[in-house]
Amino acid sequence: MKNYDLVIVGGGPAGLAAAVAARDNGIQDILIIERDHELGGILNQCIHNGFGLHTFKEELTGPEYASRFIDQVKERNIDYKLNTMVMDIAPDKTITAMNSTDGMFTIPAKAVVLAMGCRERSRGALNIPGYRPAGIFSAGTAQRLVNMEGYMPGRKVVILGSGDIGLIMARRMTLEGAEVQVVAELMPYSGGLKRNIVQCLDDFGIPLKLSHTVVDIEGKERVEGITIAEVGPDRKPIPGTEIHYECDTLLLSCGLIPENELSKNSGVELSPITSGPIVNDSLETSIDGVFACGNVLHVHDLVDFVSQEATNAGKNAAKYILEGKKESSRQLEILPVDGVRYTVPKYIRPDDMDETVTVRFRVGDVYKNKAIATYFGDTQISKRKKQVMAPGEMEQVVITKKQLAEYPDIANITIKIEEA
Amino acid sequence: MYDVAIIGGGVTGSAIARELSKYQVNAVVIERDQDLCCGTTKANSAIIHGGYDAKPGSLKAKLNVEGNKMFDELSKDLDFPFKRNGSLVVRTKDQDRDVLKKLYEQGVENGVEGLKIIEGDELKKMEPNLADDVVDALYVPTGGIVCPFHLNYALAENAADNGVEFKLSTEVKNVKKSGDSYVIETTGGDIETKVVVNAAGVYADEINNMVSAKKLHITARRGQYCLLDKDAGNHVSHTIFQLPSAMGKGVLVTPTVHGNLLVGPTAEDVDNKEGVNTTGDGLGGLGATAARSVKNVPMRSVITSFAGLRAHEDGGDFVIGEVEDASGFFNAAGIESPGLSSAPAIGVMVAKMVAEKLSLSEDPSFNGKRKGILNPANLSMEERNELIKKNPAYGQIICRCESISEGEILDAIHRTLGARDLDGVKRRTRAGMGRCQAGFCSPRVMEILEREVPMSAFDVTKNGPDAKIVFGYNKQI
Repeated sequence: MKNYDLVIVGGGPAGLAAAVAARDNGIQDILIIERDHELGGILNQCIHNGFGLHTFKEELTGPEYASRFIDQVKERNIDYKLNTMVMDIAPDKTITAMNSTDGMFTIPAKAVVLAMGCRERSRGALNIPGYRPAGIFSAGTAQRLVNMEGYMPGRKVVILGSGDIGLIMARRMTLEGAEVQVVAELMPYSGGLKRNIVQCLDDFGIPLKLSHTVVDIEGKERVEGITIAEVGPDRKPIPGTEIHYECDTLLLSCGLIPENELSKNSGVELSPITSGPIVNDSLETSIDGVFACGNVLHVHDLVDFVSQEATNAGKNAAKYILEGKKESSRQLEILPVDGVRYTVPKYIRPDDMDETVTVRFRVGDVYKNKAIATYFGDTQISKRKKQVMAPGEMEQVVITKKQLAEYPDIANITIKIEEA
Repeated sequence: MYDVAIIGGGVTGSAIARELSKYQVNAVVIERDQDLCCGTTKANSAIIHGGYDAKPGSLKAKLNVEGNKMFDELSKDLDFPFKRNGSLVVRTKDQDRDVLKKLYEQGVENGVEGLKIIEGDELKKMEPNLADDVVDALYVPTGGIVCPFHLNYALAENAADNGVEFKLSTEVKNVKKSGDSYVIETTGGDIETKVVVNAAGVYADEINNMVSAKKLHITARRGQYCLLDKDAGNHVSHTIFQLPSAMGKGVLVTPTVHGNLLVGPTAEDVDNKEGVNTTGDGLGGLGATAARSVKNVPMRSVITSFAGLRAHEDGGDFVIGEVEDASGFFNAAGIESPGLSSAPAIGVMVAKMVAEKLSLSEDPSFNGKRKGILNPANLSMEERNELIKKNPAYGQIICRCESISEGEILDAIHRTLGARDLDGVKRRTRAGMGRCQAGFCSPRVMEILEREVPMSAFDVTKNGPDAKIVFGYNKQI
């Protein structure tokens, strides 16, 4: 097996952008390892449009967006292996992988970019009671069946969860002739983007029932009916509010989980909030030379931000390989408080950071007419009013090196939601 | 005309079939579902009990202890995963020590070896995550964990390889005495046989009652479980039972032989013998009940939940043997816990009775060895590369969560009594049994079934014939 300086685990949007950036920053020997039979990741099954507004200033479909990056990878002659599974990442960055032509092999990498993406929360993890018949799909699995294989996974559909894939699939199934009866959402607000609720539900007259969940699944072999009920503030079903739907399919769009089993086994420190690695402003994890980007780091709404983040990770991985680890004298923790659930990155190195660092985060509830405030120590340095903030839409704050240099003595940075 | 027809292809029927295949016999197993291991055998605690729990002198006590002892050799001969991890029956400080002592004495009387009451630091050292209220425990070193699916398939495959016929998707409608023999009316036509063995699980009462005036009555007693991710698999290393109390038998917390953590079961009598649904109340209560014996069980790591039905006969014991008023009709009925542990011994017991009845002679060509599906994870990197060179399908991972290769799935489909649906592949290989619960791999396993069986994608099911995954091409409504 050829030696590689940089191994990128995952050939989806994050891995592709990281590879391109690493090459453009001077790294020759790069290998992308992809477990599927083609590059592009989950974008390949996202055949709807709306991708790339930020990056390319046009509305692309998922496969089109992916192909722009795949083309860049191919133009640069970056190596990639398809149908190849990474089995292990050792703390010394030795990658063990396997496929049917090379067998099992190891690569001692100088740096690694984690770009494994995420998976969907399953019926089992949601602990939904009832029978266990066929016809219960995660929205992404149904999306693959419809868009990649051309199969109809259901005719009369109930959807639990208003995550973006569920909303997109409500429209997609409707266009293929299925009857989507209702989208039930446990929380009092949707987990998806506002534009998707309008374009995928409202435009097709599909009702969205907030504060509702599935309390029973009927059908011994195939789904025959679904019962939903309203939930109280404790998110427990309220007896007497049950509504029964005759249907053959239940789609689940109840959250995405960064796929970090490899990271965890290698010893990378994970955040209990994001389930992704804890990183500093260079997107470096707790292991030197191991970087993370995209949905494996934290779940994004827009692929454009994934690409931006991954470009950053690729650039920093290149820098690490070429210059080695810089022992930073200072590292500031960003404290997420008062409605801010987490931040990525969690740490900023004021002396080694880029001129600007984009800090991304999600809020824990719906906030109307509030403001995002940033404090260096006790000093408020910025405050931005927002009409609406919701957990389904990622927020950001930009911190500049210049600004930070004016506060050499602060112990930490705080980002919070406060009165406008 | 068959010599023997066994009704039911669960672990009991399959164990009997395998023992019978040691004789020169023309035997058939009749199974309602399209695969074996679809009833009680597929959804239980997956425990090989020590045998302290059953009333001394009962069939349950005798066969549990005998069955338990058979597992070391059987698991080697038939190549299925089994581990003697030992069990602990724990007592909390508010519970009566005499109850624990009585359990110990009962176990000794039943012939369970190595029993010991353990307390204090020794206990905490063995199992650091026991609840703080736990004061002592009955240690049962012979307790074990097994993969019930693999046990069932191993027994059945070996029986089939030794000449027993299996009729799947064949439901028994009636059993009639006809002279010295029986006619079994099924959805696949009539089957004539000299001897009938009733191993029909929760339906064994109905089968018995077709031929005997000595009626049986079986209640389906539902048990609900939560299965936790492998990241919780080391939370305990022994099987932790709770000492029965006024609050019931409690629930167990145990590692599984594949490295997950299992919490359950509930115990509810249900009217519906198909009632394998879970309920909000049932699942919701498991965490709190488990906490009485084990602290900080990470219920957030649940990857799936399920329910199984125990076949509880009114008499409370296994009902095994020839029925008085129906010569040649043998029951293996009321096989609830410890049925899995007892299965090998039930197989021996029933096969002996049948052999005597029919004056069967031993089959010198019987081969008691069976190779399971290869688990490449147990190979060194060199061995694995050899394997992939010979068969590249072993290099292609299909189930990402459990790292199951295409090679293993092909083996599951093409071996004796091979898998024909997604659940069949799952039970034989674990593909789809991991944390994403088949989200990624089910379309791929569908493709493999389509290609290898071969069959149309529209006929691929999760389990039964109506459990279709997809209905047609897009826009076919």
